[in-house]
Amino acid sequence: MPVQIETNLVALFYIFAAVAVVAALSVVAQRMPVHSALSLIVVLCSLAAVYLLLGAEFIAVIQVIVYAGAIMVLFVFVIMLLNAGRETPSHRSQMARWLGAPLVAAFLLEVLLAIWKQFPAGALHPAAAMDAGPAAIGHLLFRNYVLPFEVTSILILVAILGAVVLAKKEF
Amino acid sequence: MVPLSHVLALSVTLFVIGAAGFVVRKNIITVFMCIEIMLNAVNLAFIGFSRYLGNLDGQLFAFFVIVVAAAEAAVGLAIIIALYRNRESLNIEDLDSMKL
Repeated sequence: MPVQIETNLVALFYIFAAVAVVAALSVVAQRMPVHSALSLIVVLCSLAAVYLLLGAEFIAVIQVIVYAGAIMVLFVFVIMLLNAGRETPSHRSQMARWLGAPLVAAFLLEVLLAIWKQFPAGALHPAAAMDAGPAAIGHLLFRNYVLPFEVTSILILVAILGAVVLAKKEF
Repeated sequence: MVPLSHVLALSVTLFVIGAAGFVVRKNIITVFMCIEIMLNAVNLAFIGFSRYLGNLDGQLFAFFVIVVAAAEAAVGLAIIIALYRNRESLNIEDLDSMKL
């Protein structure tokens, strides 16, 4: 691959990574659930772009169709249905407010440090570009992973039944 | 190509943001969205490792995670609707008991 394209792809990775992190922060920071949902769509789409850059074309497409499409439509639909409005600020303890952010930052730093130690830059070179299209995934799925695939179908059946029962019954 | 540690750093950052939001938020739907962020962070780690180990298995696991997330979203949102019909509230501080 020419060097110019290579550096462009690397730059794209960092751009989409920054977009994903900012949008994720926005999901957590927004008071209105609808705004959170819209930010979450941005997170999912930029992650799909990151998957593309990492050579996972099939998963990137599935991410957009299933996550950003189906699941988020479900979320927005429920938000509209329940008329979820602005979140009321709660009376949580002061200690949680002042201790929470430093603890989260410390935890993040700790894990980042562990990653740095375990995988120093250049320790693991990316393998040669592999075929990650639907054909290759399908071969693997129906050859090595048939049992999990079948179990997944049972899981989805149970989920459908559960959703119908929950929606129908009066509790 | 991007070093693996940067992919993992992005994954961990997203996971921590999701976990923090899970604890901080009070609206049950937003809490649910934070779970989705965490699931996506794990998916990113799977796909990063898949790329660097030259092995497609990681992508299949990400695929299964997406399928399970779809099922989980369907059932979870149905539970939220049932809860709302009972309690008339989406605030998790009002939803802290199993029985009325």
